[in-house]
Amino acid sequence: MYDAPTPETRLTQNTLKITARGVQVYYGDKQALKDVNVDILDNTVTAFIGPSGCGKSTFLRCLNRMNDTVASARVEGEIMLDGENIYDKRVDPVQLRAKVGMVFQKPNPFPKSIYDNVSYGPKIHGLTRSKAELDQVVEDSLRKAALWNEVKDRLNEAGTGLSGGQQQRLCIARAIATSPEVLLMDEPCSALDPIATAQVEELIDELRASFSVVIVTHSMQQAARVSQKTAFFHLGSLVEYGDTSHIFTNPSDPRTESYITGRIG
Amino acid sequence: MPILLLIIVLGVLAIAGFILGRRRALASVEGNTRRLHSLPNYYAWHGAIMAFLPAMAVLTLWLIAQPLIIERQLSDFFPAEQFENDSQRILLMADVRRVAEGLDVAVAAGALSNDDAANISADGTIRDRLATVGVALGADVTAQVLEASQAYRKLAATGAFWRSIVALIIAVAGLFYALRITNGDFRARNRVEAVILGVLVLASTIAILTTVGIVLSMLSETIRFASMYPFKDFLFGLTWQPSFQGNSELGLLPLLWGTLYISLVAMIVAVPTGLFTAIYLAEYASPRVRSIVKPLIEVIAGIPTVVFGLFALVTVGPFLRDWFAVPTGLGSSGSSVMTAGLVIGVLNIPFISSLADDIINAVPQSLRDGSYGLGATKSETVRQVILPAALPGIVGAILLAASRAIGETMIVTMGAGAAAKLDLNPFEAMTTITVKIVSQLTGDTEFNSPETLVAFALGMTLFVITLGLNIFALWVVRKYREQYE
Repeated sequence: MYDAPTPETRLTQNTLKITARGVQVYYGDKQALKDVNVDILDNTVTAFIGPSGCGKSTFLRCLNRMNDTVASARVEGEIMLDGENIYDKRVDPVQLRAKVGMVFQKPNPFPKSIYDNVSYGPKIHGLTRSKAELDQVVEDSLRKAALWNEVKDRLNEAGTGLSGGQQQRLCIARAIATSPEVLLMDEPCSALDPIATAQVEELIDELRASFSVVIVTHSMQQAARVSQKTAFFHLGSLVEYGDTSHIFTNPSDPRTESYITGRIG
Repeated sequence: MPILLLIIVLGVLAIAGFILGRRRALASVEGNTRRLHSLPNYYAWHGAIMAFLPAMAVLTLWLIAQPLIIERQLSDFFPAEQFENDSQRILLMADVRRVAEGLDVAVAAGALSNDDAANISADGTIRDRLATVGVALGADVTAQVLEASQAYRKLAATGAFWRSIVALIIAVAGLFYALRITNGDFRARNRVEAVILGVLVLASTIAILTTVGIVLSMLSETIRFASMYPFKDFLFGLTWQPSFQGNSELGLLPLLWGTLYISLVAMIVAVPTGLFTAIYLAEYASPRVRSIVKPLIEVIAGIPTVVFGLFALVTVGPFLRDWFAVPTGLGSSGSSVMTAGLVIGVLNIPFISSLADDIINAVPQSLRDGSYGLGATKSETVRQVILPAALPGIVGAILLAASRAIGETMIVTMGAGAAAKLDLNPFEAMTTITVKIVSQLTGDTEFNSPETLVAFALGMTLFVITLGLNIFALWVVRKYREQYE
């Protein structure tokens, strides 16, 4: 009787994946994030919402140390992935990013073939031992990204030749081909039309089975649709964090309520 | 009216057109600019353009056409056989022009009255009298030349008179036309836009026409060369031994070999160094380092090649000879392929690095983020994402550098010597096509022997080589391009 747990029970069983404590981010002299504390669960979709410039993308980029590529950025505080501080000196950001994959706002396929785009990660990390295995990884990733049926006959064509929605799903396939543990998505649907958005959202829900997904979005409907946990950021601070159903129906902070009802933001 | 004065007058008319056009446009709408189709300044510019451009165009055509017409008219003064030969005609016309201009100068300086100038005789005095006003005549003036130059003076004076009249009439007509059609509904903005388009098209045509002109002139001389010297021997000859007494051997291959060998050495030095410099500057260097290093590297590009030549001659050549060539027994010459190649390579480093740096910077940041986000290191990102995306531009930069290496003359003259040789030893003195073009054309030579005309054939060869390189590069780019966006 308990062999097939319902989503609700699975949610309660979820373990902690990422814990952030006292995270502060500075760009030069300007403070972009103030004292953020968040617990992100495994096998859960966590949405970051908030008005533009509130720091949600900045925080997302802290989770895989993409801020390292910005020369003026400085991160303080502690972010633990599976109990290990990712800002520890011994952690190699390159290894970290293989574990914490990222999908960007604008689809950014490499100017290579569809196959080469997806096999890029597995190749540089040496995840496969043979061409057949690599083929299998590419196919699985494209299937998981719901793109396989559309591109299986033209794997050698340029990834940049696909439509916008297909390109974004290709980028998702590329990210999951490295078999990450966490998938970060920075407004993945903002450049897509409603149909492509619906496809990507459906995909996000399926990805939850294998990864912890963190998504930044401007659309509150999207956050409500796809996430189980929601964090609301405002002016560089984390205002409220909790179950999505709770945040959207009964927010405890007046700023959250104002944002959700459309009075600020 | 002298040309300069005429142009100044046209300029004044243009300014008048500018002011009047604006005023008339404003008057036609009683000062309410919102009722004008275009901004007032467009009407002003339209007035100026209509006054200046057509007159200027006619003036330019006139200046080109007048000497040709006068030359044809003067053919009556000389025996036909003198005028048939190209070089003789050019010399004669130069004499005529010089005497005519000398007389004009003398009249202007007050040394001769107008009548004196018209009646001056062809005896020895004309040289002395012109010499007093600073005009030196080369040969004695024959009666024919003097007669012709008197006619030339007359024709030129008439031409100049009508030239000014026609230009002024057109300018004034253009000005009135512009003012007549100027009113609130006239689309001056569109008209000015069309003129701007015309100027841009003209500018791009000039470069193309120049190239066509150069090719055609070289082609005709090359064909003349081919009629004097067997072209097959030129293309496949293994010896280069020009001799102005005749019996020259003008084989291209030693020069071609020298050119390609030196360029190859240069590119082996310049491409990796330049490319790595660009990658370091674009991807690794901090903004501070970049702002110091980039201008420093570009200083090299500003050094005249003759200074590089000195460097090759005095420093690099002896160094290579004493430390490499002599100890290994490969040669004893300071001038060598290696010397010239190394120095040309260094000269080309900033060229490649600067261009490639710009191209790498133009690759969108999103591609880098995508690669880093998948856990790629910097060098993996550079190798697998950035360089493929920047490939077309980089190939272009390399090609430009290769063309410069192939065309380089000064450094080769000073660093590689002038001996045309077919040899594999890089420490042997060799020479290139460009050096030989210079040496065949310098000195007192006439363009009618194969020894001088071969320079044009050599120039044509260079042109074909660089053209071939360009086509090859286009093919490479099209085949391997990974286009972003």
